[in-house]
Amino acid sequence: MRTITFAQAICEGILEEMIKDETIITYGEDIAKQGGIFGAYKCLIENEKLKKRVFDTPISEEVIYGSALGAAIAGLKPIVEFHFADFLFTGITAITNQIMKFRYMTGGQVSLPIVLRGPDGVARSAAAQHSQSIETIFMHVPGIKVVIPSTPYDAKGLIKASIRDPDPVIFFEHKSLYKIKGPVPEDEYIIPLGKADIKREGEDITVIATARMVHEALKAAEILEKDGISVEVIDLRTLVPWDKTTVLNSVKKTGGAIVVHETWRRAGWGAEIAATINEELFGQLEIPVKRIGAKNVPHPFSPPLEHFIIPKAEDIVKEIRDLV
Amino acid sequence: MVRWKEIPKEKLRWMYETMVKIREFETIVEQNFLRAEIPGFVHSYVGEEAIAAGIMANLRKDDYITSTHRGHGHLIAKGADLKKMMAEIYGKKTGYCKGKGGSMHIASIPLGVLGANGEVAGGIPIAVGAGLAIKFRGTDQVVVSFFGDGATNRGAFHEGLNFAAVYKLPIVFVVEFNEYASTAPAREMIPVKNVAIRAASYGFPGITIDGNNVLEVYEAGKMAIEWARCGSGPFLIEAKTYRLKGHFIGDPELYRDKREVQEFWKREPIKRYEKFLLEKGILTIEDIKNIKENIRRIVEEAVEFARNSEFPQPEEALEDLFVNDSGYDY
Ligand SMILES: Cc1ncc(C[n+]2csc(CCOP(=O)(O)OP(=O)(O)O)c2C)c(N)n1
Ligand SMILES: [Mg+2]
Repeated sequence: MRTITFAQAICEGILEEMIKDETIITYGEDIAKQGGIFGAYKCLIENEKLKKRVFDTPISEEVIYGSALGAAIAGLKPIVEFHFADFLFTGITAITNQIMKFRYMTGGQVSLPIVLRGPDGVARSAAAQHSQSIETIFMHVPGIKVVIPSTPYDAKGLIKASIRDPDPVIFFEHKSLYKIKGPVPEDEYIIPLGKADIKREGEDITVIATARMVHEALKAAEILEKDGISVEVIDLRTLVPWDKTTVLNSVKKTGGAIVVHETWRRAGWGAEIAATINEELFGQLEIPVKRIGAKNVPHPFSPPLEHFIIPKAEDIVKEIRDLV
Repeated sequence: MVRWKEIPKEKLRWMYETMVKIREFETIVEQNFLRAEIPGFVHSYVGEEAIAAGIMANLRKDDYITSTHRGHGHLIAKGADLKKMMAEIYGKKTGYCKGKGGSMHIASIPLGVLGANGEVAGGIPIAVGAGLAIKFRGTDQVVVSFFGDGATNRGAFHEGLNFAAVYKLPIVFVVEFNEYASTAPAREMIPVKNVAIRAASYGFPGITIDGNNVLEVYEAGKMAIEWARCGSGPFLIEAKTYRLKGHFIGDPELYRDKREVQEFWKREPIKRYEKFLLEKGILTIEDIKNIKENIRRIVEEAVEFARNSEFPQPEEALEDLFVNDSGYDY
C-alpha cells in the first residue's frame, strides 16, 4: 500500500468530501496562501475548482468560530481551522456558548454539520501559549464530538466521518504527527466516530491513549516486552463518544489500566475514563487504574523544563514496572 | 516636515544607537537560530526599528509598555539588558524569565515591560488594566501598547479601544502596520486604507505616520504621549512600515514576491536615518563606525553570556506558578 503523511491524509479526506459536496466551505487564518502552517491544506489550494471555497480570514477567532454556526444553520457545511488549539480560547464563547448549545436550546430544530479542526500539542519549545492540548474542555462541556487521531490512516477515515456527521465535531491534530508517514489506501473508506482501535494486543495491562501518546505507549510496550510484560495499547480515537465497550473488554482481560494523555493530569479526560473503569469493573481489577499526564503547570519554554513536564514513553514504562 | 532641530542631540544619537542595537541583535538571533542554537520560534523586528526607538525616546523608566510576539525591539528600546534577553531567548536560567518564557514571552516588570505576547492583541487588555491602575493611583505614568496590523481585526483591539476611551485612560496604542499578518496581506484583510480611522469610532484621535522615519515617529510619539500624560485620554498612532524578514525565522515566504521585499529594503529606516545624521553633521562616519563596532561587541558579549549560562534544572519547571509554590499537586 502507498504511504502518505498525516497532513496529506487530512488534506485528502477534506478534498474528497469537498469535491462531492459543494456546500462544504473551509476557512481560517493562514490557510489559503501556503496551504496551512503545517501543510494540511496543500492539496486544497492546488485544486483550481476549490479556490473559492478555501479562504483566509482576518484574525478574529470569535467570529471565525461563531460564523460556522450561522453558516451551518443557513445551509452550508463549514470546516473551520482553529490555527492553534491555544487560540480556541480567544473565541471559545462562540463554541461553548453558541455552537455547542444551539441545537439543544432550540429543541432540536436544526442539525449543525460543523467541523472545527487544527493543530494542538507540544512541539519544540513553542512555550505556554502555543503548546496546549485542551480536548478535555470539549469532553466536559456537552455539545460537540471530539476526535483525536494518531495515524495517517485514522486521520483520513475520521476526518471524512467528521465532515459527514450531522453534528458539530472538534478535530485535534497533534503538531508532532503532521510529518509522520503511514499506509493509506487509495480507495475510499470511513472510520465511524466512537470506535477505538487496539493498536497492539497484550495480556498484562491496558494502556489507553490518543494522538502522540499512542506512539509513546507503543514504544513503551516494545521496551516492556523485553521484560516479559505484555501491554495492550488502545487508541481511543474519539473522546465524545468514547468506546466504553472496547476499553472495558480489554481491561477485563488484562486486569489493569493506565490512561495516558499529553494534557494536564489533574482533571484531564483520563480521570473520566479511569473513574468509569472503576465504576464498571470494581472487583475485577488486579491493580488500581492509573493516569499519566503533563505536570500541572503551563508549558515552559526552556527545553529541559518542557521535557520534564510532558509525559513520554519512559514515564509509561516506569509506571508499569512499578505496578506489575 | 519634522522639526528635528527641536530634538536634543543626545536623543538623536540615542535613537540611532537603539536602532542599530536592535538590528544587530536581531541579525545575530537570526543567524544563531538558523544554526539551531535557539529553541522555539522567533519573529524578527528587522525593518521596524524606527518605531520602537522613536516612541521609547519619549517614555520614562516608570512608564509601561505591552509588546508582541515580535517584541525584541520594544524591550531593547525600553532599556533591557541584552545579556538577560539573549539568555532568555536561549532558554537559560539567567534570562529575564529564567527560561520559562523564551522569545515570545519576555517580560521585565521592573523595566515596565508587561510582556511580549504569544496571543495577537493579547497585550491590549493588559495595557487597559495598567491604564486603569495609573488612573486609580493618580500618577502621571503612561502606557504604550504595541501591536500589529493583524491585531486590529481582533475583538480585543476594538473592546480595548472602547474601554480606554470610556475611562479616558492614559494609553497610546501603536499599530506597527507592516503590511502582513503572517501570510495574510493587510490589503486583503483590512478594508480601510488607514486603521488610524478606527480610533475615531471610539472618539479619540488617531494618526497615520511613516514608521520608517524615526524623526516622524519621535514627533508623533512626543505629542501622543504628552496628550495621554496630561489626562486627555487615549491616542492611536498607526506607523506604516514593512516586515523585511519572514513572519518567523525559517518562514518559506511563499505568499509574497521577493522583488517586493527588495523594494522595501531601499526604504529601510536605519540607512535613511544615517544619511540624515551625516548630512546634518550630527554624526560623522567615524562616529557611526564606532557606534556599530561598540554595539556589535555588546551583542556578541550577550551571545557569549547566553551560551555560557546554565539551563534551568528540570524540577524548576514546578516553580513560579503561585507565590507559595509548595503543597500543590504539580
Ligand atoms: C489570537 C491569536 N490568533 C492567531 C495567532 C497566530 N498568529 C501569530 S502572529 C500572527 C500574525 C500577526 O500579525 P500582526 O498583528 O500584523 O503582527 P506582525 O506579525 O505583522 O508583527 C498570527 C495570525 C496568535 N498568535 N494569536
Ligand atoms: Mg503585521
